[in-house]
Amino acid sequence: MNQKEEATVFPIYTGSACCANDPGEKRTNLPRLDQGFVIGSVSTPAGSVPRVSSELQWRDHWGAVKARWGVGRMDYAVAPGLYALGNPDRESPVLVSANYKISFDELRSALPGRDLWILALDTKGINVWCAAGKGTFGTEELVGRIESSGLKEVVSHRSLILPQLGAPGVAAHTVKKLSGFGVRYGPIKAEDLPAYIDAGFKATSKMRLKAFPLKERAVLIPVELVETIKPTLIIAPVLFLLGGIGGPAGFWANALHDGSFAVLAFLSAIVGGAVIHPLLLPYLPGRAFSAKGLVLGAVVAVIMLSLQGYDLSMWAGRLGILAWLLIIPAVTAYLAMNFTGASTYTSLSGVNKEMRWALPLEIGMGLSGLIIWVASRLIA
Amino acid sequence: MRQLAYLKDVVTLKLDEEKCTGCGMCLDVCPHEVFKMNTRHAEIRDRDACMECGACSRNCPFDAISVQAGVGCAAAVINAMLGRTDQPCCGPAESECSPSGKKGAACCG
Repeated sequence: MNQKEEATVFPIYTGSACCANDPGEKRTNLPRLDQGFVIGSVSTPAGSVPRVSSELQWRDHWGAVKARWGVGRMDYAVAPGLYALGNPDRESPVLVSANYKISFDELRSALPGRDLWILALDTKGINVWCAAGKGTFGTEELVGRIESSGLKEVVSHRSLILPQLGAPGVAAHTVKKLSGFGVRYGPIKAEDLPAYIDAGFKATSKMRLKAFPLKERAVLIPVELVETIKPTLIIAPVLFLLGGIGGPAGFWANALHDGSFAVLAFLSAIVGGAVIHPLLLPYLPGRAFSAKGLVLGAVVAVIMLSLQGYDLSMWAGRLGILAWLLIIPAVTAYLAMNFTGASTYTSLSGVNKEMRWALPLEIGMGLSGLIIWVASRLIA
Repeated sequence: MRQLAYLKDVVTLKLDEEKCTGCGMCLDVCPHEVFKMNTRHAEIRDRDACMECGACSRNCPFDAISVQAGVGCAAAVINAMLGRTDQPCCGPAESECSPSGKKGAACCG
């Protein structure tokens, strides 16, 4: 693995995966060759450019699974810079991507049998769309990376293909002015790239439309669930112990019966908000996510309460039912509201408007439900 | 699948048809087909479909489009309310941000 010591190309090579901190300074910074997915190198006037394959290995797939569950996600990056896919030459197209490994892998695996250059921007391991919103997939990074990657020596043309979802961060006309490279926006999905390229760099209107199909909603569920672990570890024991208060039997007998139900009810609300809501998103009534979550939470609450069998003839039973009819929809609606961040079509103005009524409602319902439940324990 | 739609009449998108030259860049970058082209310039076809990602205004060479671009993410708004300015979006883990590369989420600013 001594190949990485391209000492002449890296005059002050520091050994870090990243980055030319001062893009103003002129020096070529090629990605390391000792990254697991690099299968060789291509000799260019700028130095040895790492070559990658369009075939993913088991560890690429395994890394993606871990990242989706939030394991090692922030380090799931490739070194930024220029890569060769297949056997590109001076005329080959240049595709720009983020240095989030899942983005990079999706791109190369969508292009079997193609000879292309891939320019990975330093987005700190964040995917294209998110990074574009942040500005790290941006005009400045792109112009700097064109310089530091040695791209101008490697290709003879002056044209780049960017993913369409990079557009919130990149001003194409400014890139042209600063670097001389023209920007074409390719399709949203990497899988449409072969068709786009074969059509002479033309995207169909369907390629330009961001949908939010079931599969894309489903892959978000793990991270939504992982997010709830920490609060659940605090809230569940509290609910369990509160279940011991009052009631007909002794403290621990109560806790085991009513406290356990409280924990299960809370978990059901989480499943509603973090699993069922994403899956059923297009079919739940209402436009605001909180509204969808309230409806869903009410259904979940009714199901849970019918399993518990509260005694409706007693005030304690009625209050208990009321309490969970408030708490479960509040939790589900809150989690549903948080899913706005993962959805592909919510505007900030809309989220602000939704939150103005939804957040106070969710907090109010949750707290009053909790108070009513504790009161029902005390009079039972 | 039917087209998903968020709240009505909230977005800040504006198109100045005087400045527009009809280059069509906004039609290319918009992920929700908000614009259409008439004979001389672009016009807004479906304002409520806009998610305020800002791609159109940033890529308009003639400064004809304005929108208060931002990320429609409740967790980001809550973090801002709590004064956690170091977490402009969805927390340190980029949790809400879709991991699906070029597909996926709008979030995480």
